[in-house]
Amino acid sequence: MSCDYTHTALHGYLDGELDASRSEEFERHLEGCRECAKALETEESLRSILQRSGLCESAPHSLRKKIRAELDAATSVPIAQRIPLWRWAAVAASIVLVAAISWYAWPGSGSGTRNPAAPPFTAAELIDAHIRSLQPGHLTDVASTDQHTVKPWFLGKLDFSPPVEDLASIGFPLAGGRIDYVAGRPVAALIYQRHQHAINLFVWPVADANDNGPASATREGFNLLHWTCSGMTFWAVSDVNPAALRRFEAEYDLQTNGGSQS
Amino acid sequence: MSGFDQGRGSDLLDVHERARFEQLVLPHLDAAFNLARWLLRRREDSEDVTQEAMLRAYRFFRGFHGGDARAWLLQIVRNTCYTWLEKNRPVELMSEFDEELHPQPSVSPESLAIAGDNRERLGRALETLPPRFREVLVLRELEGCSYKEIATITAIPIGTVMSALARARQRLQRALTQPPVEEARREL
Repeated sequence: MSCDYTHTALHGYLDGELDASRSEEFERHLEGCRECAKALETEESLRSILQRSGLCESAPHSLRKKIRAELDAATSVPIAQRIPLWRWAAVAASIVLVAAISWYAWPGSGSGTRNPAAPPFTAAELIDAHIRSLQPGHLTDVASTDQHTVKPWFLGKLDFSPPVEDLASIGFPLAGGRIDYVAGRPVAALIYQRHQHAINLFVWPVADANDNGPASATREGFNLLHWTCSGMTFWAVSDVNPAALRRFEAEYDLQTNGGSQS
Repeated sequence: MSGFDQGRGSDLLDVHERARFEQLVLPHLDAAFNLARWLLRRREDSEDVTQEAMLRAYRFFRGFHGGDARAWLLQIVRNTCYTWLEKNRPVELMSEFDEELHPQPSVSPESLAIAGDNRERLGRALETLPPRFREVLVLRELEGCSYKEIATITAIPIGTVMSALARARQRLQRALTQPPVEEARREL
């Protein structure tokens, strides 16, 4: 009564899953089997009903939003994605402004003294590098909260070894490291987090050990803090408040000099 | 377990992994929701379980080494749905595949077309099928999955996908043209 093909090959044929020889074999069979011909017609009808049915449902917008929020919570450095668009516009405006201010002009506003041998780069360059790093996927080359992962990562990539301190206990967890390009040379960029904000700490060696002391500046919502230690120059750039940045600097300096193994 | 290595859940993912997840997996959210919706039948449950499955997929993402991201995600969604059903509606998972394929008077394409013209009726007919029949139909007809993908997602051998579909289609035709007794009684 029932043809064997009706419940087997017919479906593979309908779904385009038979290889060429089996497909040919079924077509030959189909010519002589009325039952299969009718069944195929019914199956094709069912298929077209299902595909025209509108039964396929899309994820509601509210679900999409909830999922994104959960992914944010499960992502270690979601800072870049959380900066709203209007802030990027403000940031762009600030670049234009800061670029207009030369290196020689800006340290005057801070507590530091002007260094006549200052390297030929501008504050804008540092802020630029900071903003660039906040673009999705640009923050870290090595993402780790472990100083013993981040520090060795720089080995062989730079001609110096930056001190990498663990400041998680005072609320500045390490997020990772990156190679950046500032003042015409590759430098180490260490990324620390302060709540939802990122701090870029740019480090490179300086020939002049008598480099000027701490200097700070604020430009269009970004705070810069500069210090030197053991022949290295440090530039912290962030949108965290100046007081927090100073705490960061003090603790970092203390740990670098305090014999803490890094 | 067959199919993809789902990897091991681990700590937070970084922004690079997040970007990769957005690019490879998130575009299949609609397919994920659609599968959950037809397996669980109720929208609210489907939303909760889809959300849970997406988060699981994200945690397992390091174990995904390329390949068919949709099948990988749908496999996780399906497993999450079954776990949820076992816990919340175990009865629905019973009495499955107990029925052999019986020769039956074949349905005419015309009567099918008439019955299937009503979206609600079609949806209800699909919902009367056991989950294991429902899922192969949804994957094949609504999502356009290949037999290989269906085998991966549902963890059934690829050789049995064809017969599972044959049975599922027969069941659906019957449900469409001969409404089950309970439904007929409810409509009285």
